[in-house]
Amino acid sequence: TDTVPPQVVPGVDPSARQLCFAWGPAEVLVCETLFDRAGGSRSRCRSRSPCLSRFWGEGGAGAASRALTGSVAGTGHGAPSSSRVFVVRRDQDIYIQTLRKLFNESHGIFMGLQRSEEELAGKSRKAQLVQVSKNYRSVIRACMEDMHEAAVSTRDPALQGQYSTQVSILSAMELIWNLCEILFVEAATAGPLLLRLLDWVRLHVCDVDSMVREVLSSESPSKHKLFWNVVDVFVLQGRMDEARHLLSKEASANPTSMNMYKILDDLMKKMPVPSTGNTQTLTELELKWQHWHEECQRYLQDGTFASNPHMESICKILLGDEDAILEKKELMTTWYHFLVTRLLYSHPTVKPVELRFYAQSSMDLFLGGESSPEPLDMILMAAFEFEMHQVIKECSIVLSNWWFVAHLTDLLDHCKLLQSHNLYFGSNMREFLLLEYASGLFSHHSLWQLGVDYFDHCPEYGRVYLELHIERIPLSTEQKALKVLRICEQRQMHEQVRSICKIMAMKALRNNRLGSALSWSIRAKDAAFATLISDRFLKDYCERGCFSDLDLIDNLGPSMLLSDRLTFLGKYREFHRLYGEKRFPEAARLLLTLMTAHIAPCSFWMTLLTDALPLLEQKEVIFSAEQTYELMRCLEDLTAGNPDKQKFQDDDVETTKVEMLRLALARNLARVIVKEGTVEGS
Amino acid sequence: QDNRVSIWSAGDLGNAGLNGEYHGEPHLLCDIQHNGDVMDMQFLDQERMVVASSTGTVTIFRHHQNNQTLSANHQWEKAHYHVDQDTSCGGAACTGVVCNNPEIVTVGEDGRINLFRADQRDAVRTIDNADSSTLHAVTFLRTTEILTVNSIGQLKIWDLRQQRNEPSQIFSLAGDRVPLHCVDRHPNQQHIVATGGQDGMLSIWDIRQGTMPVSLLNAHEAEMWEVHFHPSDPEHLFTCSEDGSLWHWDTSTNASEKPSFLHQGGRTTAYLSHSTINQSVVSAWLSNDPTKDRMEITNLIPNQTLSVNSLDVLGPCLVYGTDAEAIYVNRQLFS
Repeated sequence: TDTVPPQVVPGVDPSARQLCFAWGPAEVLVCETLFDRAGGSRSRCRSRSPCLSRFWGEGGAGAASRALTGSVAGTGHGAPSSSRVFVVRRDQDIYIQTLRKLFNESHGIFMGLQRSEEELAGKSRKAQLVQVSKNYRSVIRACMEDMHEAAVSTRDPALQGQYSTQVSILSAMELIWNLCEILFVEAATAGPLLLRLLDWVRLHVCDVDSMVREVLSSESPSKHKLFWNVVDVFVLQGRMDEARHLLSKEASANPTSMNMYKILDDLMKKMPVPSTGNTQTLTELELKWQHWHEECQRYLQDGTFASNPHMESICKILLGDEDAILEKKELMTTWYHFLVTRLLYSHPTVKPVELRFYAQSSMDLFLGGESSPEPLDMILMAAFEFEMHQVIKECSIVLSNWWFVAHLTDLLDHCKLLQSHNLYFGSNMREFLLLEYASGLFSHHSLWQLGVDYFDHCPEYGRVYLELHIERIPLSTEQKALKVLRICEQRQMHEQVRSICKIMAMKALRNNRLGSALSWSIRAKDAAFATLISDRFLKDYCERGCFSDLDLIDNLGPSMLLSDRLTFLGKYREFHRLYGEKRFPEAARLLLTLMTAHIAPCSFWMTLLTDALPLLEQKEVIFSAEQTYELMRCLEDLTAGNPDKQKFQDDDVETTKVEMLRLALARNLARVIVKEGTVEGS
Repeated sequence: QDNRVSIWSAGDLGNAGLNGEYHGEPHLLCDIQHNGDVMDMQFLDQERMVVASSTGTVTIFRHHQNNQTLSANHQWEKAHYHVDQDTSCGGAACTGVVCNNPEIVTVGEDGRINLFRADQRDAVRTIDNADSSTLHAVTFLRTTEILTVNSIGQLKIWDLRQQRNEPSQIFSLAGDRVPLHCVDRHPNQQHIVATGGQDGMLSIWDIRQGTMPVSLLNAHEAEMWEVHFHPSDPEHLFTCSEDGSLWHWDTSTNASEKPSFLHQGGRTTAYLSHSTINQSVVSAWLSNDPTKDRMEITNLIPNQTLSVNSLDVLGPCLVYGTDAEAIYVNRQLFS
């Protein structure tokens, strides 16, 4: 679905210049080229998401303020021109500090929901889902409070404006969510529906709160000029007890209207409202209500309240007179308040399916053609019409971040309310939104961890997305790399494990941390890299004549078996150790094994044979005849196999070595034959 | 990136309600910008703390209690670096720091050990290439000896009095060289050392004997990030892990008095064995006879999701932080 309309990067003029762009892991680089646009072809920059994220409350100016600008003097073509590079980033909102709490806490709630038992059926399941919805809302409210605190305490007017805007957006989100909870999650039926809607209105229409507080806290409220306004507010919101309480103050101050007050008070007390329990059926309620309504009608027509216009207007409101209610527009401030008041006083047993008609007419009457509905109004209207998909679509357009729609859709999906509305590329709406949201998280240096869990719960494409995103997380420290690796290992993403370990091992190698490099290759069970590291060690040895990092080589343990080269390295070092401890026979045996068992690479045989020289030259005969023959064979294999190898012919040192070896071997053979032939003790 | 070092107040002890419940949340007192990730930190004294950064810098911050501010008191830049100190991107993360006022020891991904003094500008001593792999953690064994653990599974003792750049002793695990991430020493019995590995295994070592651990306890399902003996009650040990759990290991004799089938509401408990023992002489940690020992292990986190990166314990208080950007304070650890 094309839910995000095409956006143009502000500050860029595609009609004047040709543009080029390059994708980054989380950003798009857009750059003006030197080339003027030829002809009037359509702009190529009109690409859809994720080209731009709208910055809340600031129209399209957000991205430009975050763009990198750099001037590059033009080369060649005539007058120098400056090109600019724009960094266009999606999801700016994840960088807002105060929203991080929202993302983290909602992640916890999301995970709890995914793990919750599906076996619970009927009422208990519904109660569980309603609780989840309430949890989400309380997180939104907590975030709103934090944001409000931040707005109040900051001294920077720009920041203050930003925070205030966000407070109002969060408030709108909670308003919409609350309505969706009532209509969709809880699916309140006729009767309780009205009570929920009343709560909803009372919670969210707060413009009048300060006025109420002012009047209530004054010394004699009934003398306050706004007294009747406050009474009206209470009546409009169905807060009968509070209204009656205030009226009693007026009555005691004004004994002449005592009679009128008593009747009005009585009417208000007797008003039938839907009950929360199952103590009465709808039909009973309707009947009672009908009687009560007629009673009010009688009193009005008798002119009981004629002398007090305030009380008369209240009676009219009680009768559900639309004009009377509409007169109090400023006290209601919104059309949905008007809707609920209307329903309270004319159709308290309204059924959910009937809501749409009342909603539409309420909005029309309230706005009265003076103003047109705003996006928020359209979203609420869609909700009243039970058009869930419309609600989600409208919210996606208006909000600049996928958080809201992703979580709400997921919840509705768990309520089994969304049919598998398959989008053209295969996944359903819930998955699409979760993927978008999680992808946005991945561009954040730390919130990406939350994104992993979201991808886990997208059955179709989650894994693929995760595989692609996880390799692009910058691994600035080993600890971060370990966390990423653990995530990959838990999901059997072997390719990624190998790739990350290779990257870390290469980094370590470049920094000359051979032990770290080995540690990474052990983790990935990467024999090839272990071979590489061993070769590096051996090279160092050949160049310097001694081993570096003995603490590593001496303590390889079973990891030695990871690669042949590594095994050779360990064994070779062991040979040196044995030699150092003067355990010559063992050293000799080991040396021979290294060659005959083909553990040693061919390139190293010369070095090994050279190492054998001091053993051959010892006073005591070390190599047995067998062993000597073996050594000779090795030497011949080495020299015979490559007769035209330049190394042997050009290098005098090499030829000298070979000659010395041959001599030493021959001498040793002679001695050992004599020794072995001699009978002991004779 | 906006990383900060913060000081929080976890409230007064006097605020405990009827049941000893704690009222109110920790609130932020002050914070200060920090360059790079905070890899490790420790209090140097009542007012100062040392913080290790992923950029290789070690900073001392001072907390001014009169006006509740933090300021950077002293900084050693490029305390840890790769190859060349002068190249701009040569910094290596400093992974561990331990203090014994006024001495500060740091270790890092560059395999280097630094010894600083709080009042001196330059390092007192630096052991370059002390290790060919990454040093993950360091702790004091005695005032002149330190213990380090590295990513090839070795526990090394270094004697700082000696001038040679070699460890005085090397211990390693028997099997695969699994990297060790954390180390802590028993507060009273200095020969008992605990380490945690990348596979979540807890190892207890007796450094007086042998080069291999005394016991290996299969614990977490992922990296164990930190291990701490309780400073005043060392029969208790705490470990936290990437798998999101925080375990309380209890070898005190009180544990053995409880019947074995008791299930503590809300906590999962696991028992190693069932009989009692007179534990006054030999520490329970070293005893490797399963029939004689009882250890109670409890996971202190009910709904675990993301990694618990760090913990600290003092008296009856436990504090830990998770990757879900949350800090938890438990003030009734032994209730």
